[in-house]
Amino acid sequence: MSDPALLSNSYRTQPDDRGHFGQFGGRFVAETLMPLILDLEREYRAAKADPAFAQEFEDLLEHYVGRPSPLYYAERLTAAIRAGSEPGKGAQVWFKRDELNHTGAHKINNCIGQILLARRMGKTRIIAETGAGQHGVATATVCARFGLPCVIYMGAKDVERQQPNVFRMKLLGAEVIPVTSGANTLKDAMNEALRDWVANVHDTFYIIGTAAGPHPYPELVRDFQSVIGKEARAQMLSRIDRLPDLLVAAIGGGSNAIGLFHPFLDDLDVRMLGVEAAGEGLERKHAASLAGGFPGILHGNRTYLLQDDDGQIAEAHSISAGLDYPGIGPEHAWLKEIGRVDYTSATDEEALDAFQLLCRTEGIIPALEPSHAIAAVAKKAREMDENQIILANLCGRGDKDIFTVAEALGVRI
Amino acid sequence: MTRLSQAFAKGHPALVAFVTAGDPGRFATGPILDALVEGGADVIELGMPFTDPMADGPAIQAANLRSLAAGTTTADILAIAMAFRERHPTVPLVLMGYANPMTRRGADWFAERAKEAGVDGVICVDIPPEEDDSLGPALRGNGIDLIRLATPTTDAERLPTVLEGASGFLYYVSVAGITGKQQAVQASIEEAVARLKAATKLPVAVGFGVRTPDQAAAIARVADGVVVGSAIVELVGQYGKDAAEPVRAYIESLASAIRAARKEMA
Repeated sequence: MSDPALLSNSYRTQPDDRGHFGQFGGRFVAETLMPLILDLEREYRAAKADPAFAQEFEDLLEHYVGRPSPLYYAERLTAAIRAGSEPGKGAQVWFKRDELNHTGAHKINNCIGQILLARRMGKTRIIAETGAGQHGVATATVCARFGLPCVIYMGAKDVERQQPNVFRMKLLGAEVIPVTSGANTLKDAMNEALRDWVANVHDTFYIIGTAAGPHPYPELVRDFQSVIGKEARAQMLSRIDRLPDLLVAAIGGGSNAIGLFHPFLDDLDVRMLGVEAAGEGLERKHAASLAGGFPGILHGNRTYLLQDDDGQIAEAHSISAGLDYPGIGPEHAWLKEIGRVDYTSATDEEALDAFQLLCRTEGIIPALEPSHAIAAVAKKAREMDENQIILANLCGRGDKDIFTVAEALGVRI
Repeated sequence: MTRLSQAFAKGHPALVAFVTAGDPGRFATGPILDALVEGGADVIELGMPFTDPMADGPAIQAANLRSLAAGTTTADILAIAMAFRERHPTVPLVLMGYANPMTRRGADWFAERAKEAGVDGVICVDIPPEEDDSLGPALRGNGIDLIRLATPTTDAERLPTVLEGASGFLYYVSVAGITGKQQAVQASIEEAVARLKAATKLPVAVGFGVRTPDQAAAIARVADGVVVGSAIVELVGQYGKDAAEPVRAYIESLASAIRAARKEMA
């Protein structure tokens, strides 16, 4: 496939040697963890240079995950959008179908990469945090596949609202520990996973689920997820011999978005839009760290955080448990600051509308996370010309969310 | 000599006592700090509460939440420190906490206010030497030590990085884990302290999991300081605003064990 050369002014050469993306990123961890993350960085550099590692990764992605995922032209969604647009307006909408992956979301791409690193490093125990449970399920899946014991930390509130995923993790042999500290959600699960890690440094590998945390996690998660954008770029070129005009992806921590965006960053004609969760609205409870937060330090990196004037972290809110996090990956913070990527947000209500729109026009039940992206797509497409193309990442399927959606729509099932 | 170096040159190992600021409320901390000094603490560590204390065990997590629930602000903590400095002009005071509350208004803002409040040192859990420039230069520019931490995972290859630019004292975190959970094997502490002292002239204080007078005494035989935190914070959790008296009694028991231990050695 054609790949623009890495230029000296490339957007794809971050982070620097210290793990910084501009002023963001870094390695803000307790001293106990420093030797570990330095080890991880060394091991990751070695793995990156080792063709056998890439081969095993790609083999598992093909035969276990089911990649490449399809690239799909959403014809009826496009028509529905055009029906409500000015004449000549209404861009074509295409989807990268990462919801068709094994385990139902993009999370598995990263878990395959990280468990191969864990094995390379001789680690014998895996821990992870999870919000909606998608990353927990993906982690439990690869642990079962490789026969490693697995402990998943999950906020007690999320355990309650994501019971099907809790049961899935247990079926896969993982131990699920409900976290009752703090607000009982994703950030508290991450705190608890860090506490476990610091106490079990010698045998334990921490599979972080998003492109955040201390260096080298944001980089390696991005690299593993970049399979999304690399495939999509090649598929676009081979299907219609052109690149899209706009990429759109939902953002919690931002791993599916950076995975789609990164391979296109040097294609300067391709614009990009990340969609945060605006919850009940940006003036009320939400999870939009870029729109409503300030730079700060949490969970190993400097990035935009929802916080008060004293630096206390605020509770995030989104109908989507997977976007319910008060921070964002540091590379997104940098891409926002330099203006290469635009960021917007969609409310719970807009996501619910988009969820139903996709169900009815395309016969696809999306997860609530990409429903935020679809909401932004519907808005943007109306402003764009008919001959323009939007490519959005359909990063997860909605089976896990049907109870939440039913409740929000006032339906009892 | 700084207040910190004087505290480590008293002829007995220093007792370093930690308590979370504003727990259970901002007016409770002053009397507890007085009780620590009267009970024999040589260095005070004042914990800055944070919503996400990921290096702390259940006792200090709970203290953080109690303090924040009571509405403790950064301004309150600085006021507690300043009032302490007025009452105890010679006792060193170290602020301990996490990077985000310390850097929220900028490192310079924090360092200047800490200096005004009479703070001698800062321990920041999640700023390793690699990220020193986020806080270290601002503090040192205001005459405040950024205390470095060494841990069981700090091997010979890494130790020089930790010691580069270290000042005040070196805090040896004796357990790879979170605060207040387990205690380290005495032999491992002795081995580590010997290794650290061979590499630095800074005083070495040992903490994490220290609870009983016997443990404190055993550490005092080899180290320059003993840090006690979770056990004090648990007393505050148990006795609330009436914690000063039990805290004083507890600190006295540790202080006398530490002083006796060093006399045995002499």
